[in-house]
Amino acid sequence: MRQELVAVNHVSKHFGGVQALRDVSVTLYRGEIRCLVGENGCGKSTLIKIIAGALQPDAGEIVVGGKQCTHLEPMEAIRAGIQVIYQDFSLFPNLTVAENLAINTELERGARLVNWRNIRRIATEAMRKLGGDIDLGKTVGELSVADKQLVAISKALLHNAKVLIMDEPTTALTHKEVKTLFRIVTDLKQRGMSILFVNHKLQEILEIGDTITVLRNGQNVAEGEAPQFSHGDLVRHMTGRQLQNRPVETAASGGATAIKVTGLTRKGAFEHISFEVRAGEIVGITGLLGSGRTELALSLFGLEPADSGSIEIGGQVVRMRSVRDAIRAGIAYVPEDRLAEGAFAEQSIERNIVISGLSSFARLAGWISPTHLRRVVAPWMANLRIQAPSARMPVASLSGGNQQKVVLGRWLATQAKVLILNGPTVGIDVGAKMDVHAKIQELACKGMAVVLISDDLRELVEVCGRILVMHRGRIVKEFQTTGCDDDGLAAELGCVGIVG
Amino acid sequence: MRKLLQRHEFFLATITLMMIAAIGLANPVFYSLSNLFDLCKSSTVVGLFALGVLVVLVSGGIDVSFAAIGAFSMYVTSRTLLALDFHGSAVIAFLLAGIIGLSLGLFNAVFVAFFRLPTLIVTLGSASLFRGLLLGFIGTTIVNNLPEGMVRFSKLTMWNSTLANGTTTGLSWSFLLFVLAALLVGLLLQRTMLGRGIYAMGGNLVAAERAGFNIRRRQLFIYGFVGLLSGVAGIVHACTMRNANPFDLVGMELNVIAAVVLGGAGITGGRGTVLGTVLGVFLIVTINNSLILLDVPSYWQKVVTGLVILVSTGITARSRAQRVRGVGLC
Repeated sequence: MRQELVAVNHVSKHFGGVQALRDVSVTLYRGEIRCLVGENGCGKSTLIKIIAGALQPDAGEIVVGGKQCTHLEPMEAIRAGIQVIYQDFSLFPNLTVAENLAINTELERGARLVNWRNIRRIATEAMRKLGGDIDLGKTVGELSVADKQLVAISKALLHNAKVLIMDEPTTALTHKEVKTLFRIVTDLKQRGMSILFVNHKLQEILEIGDTITVLRNGQNVAEGEAPQFSHGDLVRHMTGRQLQNRPVETAASGGATAIKVTGLTRKGAFEHISFEVRAGEIVGITGLLGSGRTELALSLFGLEPADSGSIEIGGQVVRMRSVRDAIRAGIAYVPEDRLAEGAFAEQSIERNIVISGLSSFARLAGWISPTHLRRVVAPWMANLRIQAPSARMPVASLSGGNQQKVVLGRWLATQAKVLILNGPTVGIDVGAKMDVHAKIQELACKGMAVVLISDDLRELVEVCGRILVMHRGRIVKEFQTTGCDDDGLAAELGCVGIVG
Repeated sequence: MRKLLQRHEFFLATITLMMIAAIGLANPVFYSLSNLFDLCKSSTVVGLFALGVLVVLVSGGIDVSFAAIGAFSMYVTSRTLLALDFHGSAVIAFLLAGIIGLSLGLFNAVFVAFFRLPTLIVTLGSASLFRGLLLGFIGTTIVNNLPEGMVRFSKLTMWNSTLANGTTTGLSWSFLLFVLAALLVGLLLQRTMLGRGIYAMGGNLVAAERAGFNIRRRQLFIYGFVGLLSGVAGIVHACTMRNANPFDLVGMELNVIAAVVLGGAGITGGRGTVLGTVLGVFLIVTINNSLILLDVPSYWQKVVTGLVILVSTGITARSRAQRVRGVGLC
């Protein structure tokens, strides 16, 4: 008999006119990992906050430890053993690991003076529980993301947590770190904890989850044991759309060579890179972090000029010494970290879209007419399916997927010939990912040459016609994707000793 | 050992010692007892202000109104005591100035804690307001005959000794106030939950709120405390100068903030120690007071101050960035 720890029954919640949750139920059992999946804005966060006591539902009930109530207060939730690890971990980067771990306990104790020995003791105990070996005297700001997460988990366990809610815990972790996290979470499960794992990386969900709850537009759309679901099922439930699976055979794939790279070398980053991409073709580049793939992209875009070798665009050798050279030659680049490098987060969507082609929108004496701007931007908003109330909203207010669409839109507005995408779908949800993929393929159909750099093998197989594999700064293998799936690709890459 | 070498305080102490050695070699007068006492005396006002600024910076805020609060408290207190024809102890002057400073600090705190306004804006505004009220409504004349208690206090010295040329020298009692305040702030920041909460606020305000720290109460404390220290510093200044000049103090804000930042406090909050601040104050005061012994013209003192700030904070910031980046790679 499974023991029920927390049950949320038929809760609804609305903010203003928006119905965030409608008649949603979820039950958390002892010794179980439940995955909560859904696209951004489906109500996942609202549900978490209701369980944590940070929000009160409009209707429905919550049952904690056999006791029924209409809502929880934050303190009640903590006393009932419910702990939430938010995406930002809620840690203090300037304090030591020990103090981060112990500060809540000391605060609850109502201590006025600091007892450093006590803090050390609490922290040692917390680390021991989890079997971690992080230096307690280190400042949290100096830790890697994975270690910060470990500290956050240890901190949650200090409060005799029975239910651990983790909000997108794998977003910033590497493959290896995700494996470690999964081991820890599985261990906690075996010790009888209930874990609610909020995520939208489907592969991870299928790997770690015992049971799955899918939300869409604030409603339960599917629930059940994890093995009942396939990747395709999850996508269908999350988006309400069917995933289209094959690369579009682009009409122009026999087009003229758009970019030709010969013997490109940058010391310490990559060497003797040669490849070409025809107009209308989508070529993937993959490889581990540090394989030189990002550096290559940066060189092609003039950010880190290559030491030797040549780049030809449309048959002409181009000197690529700066971003201005690259843009003039018709190269567009969508960076890895879109907020840091790609978008002006505080600026409006419309300004972000036109920024790279500003001079072409400007009229007499560089004057930019706002109405003209709006007319230019409107079709882009619709075309890219950017979901925002207005083009004047700041980019920072959008979800990751929509931000990525804005950055894409900006380069499309410059009418580039070659588009280089670096991890275009990292951290964005399935529906937006499908939109981005469809957009990329559409662009290729129109004759743009696309270079797609990605870790996501499924994405590469689905979108690209050809994949280049980089290892230690060299291209070591080339695949055609026709008649290949991601498992096959993973196996082949595994053979070359590059992935896994 | 490596930890010690990496610490900003160690680096700062080394620079200060090197500077002292250099100045002393060039002009042995620097090594005299009376010069040391002079330096201590000059450090007191900057030091008291700096301790307040340290607490604000650690909490993630900034205060540029402390000098205006100091001047206001000093002048109002002096005029009040004179008007009352008060002949008692200087303790009353300190108390009165402390209370005035505290109230003005709380005025800042209300805007920061309840209206959630940016601290720089609030204190820029209030600095101008306090100075305007002082000069416009209270007076612009310099008080040259301070209340008796303050005059007596200013003459109190310890470790008196007579020099070869017959003059006597001693350490001013006001320096004791600085030492006491430094110990107090040190204990506050390191040993109380109030202090740790201030660090927590400066590190991650949202997390501090989630953890259950009472942010508002801390902000009231922080700005009130800065005001209190500034009031006391104002009286010390008047005693040192033997007059109360309403035009004084304002203008030294940047020097004080520079001393605190030089001492390793992060302008973005969450970092800073009392030891560092004290060292930073000594370094700045040594530069300002002693380059004159080397015949360095006073404008060049500003150049040297600027260079020291840029170089020393630059080096620590760089080494910290490298350490953090090193972690990011593995």
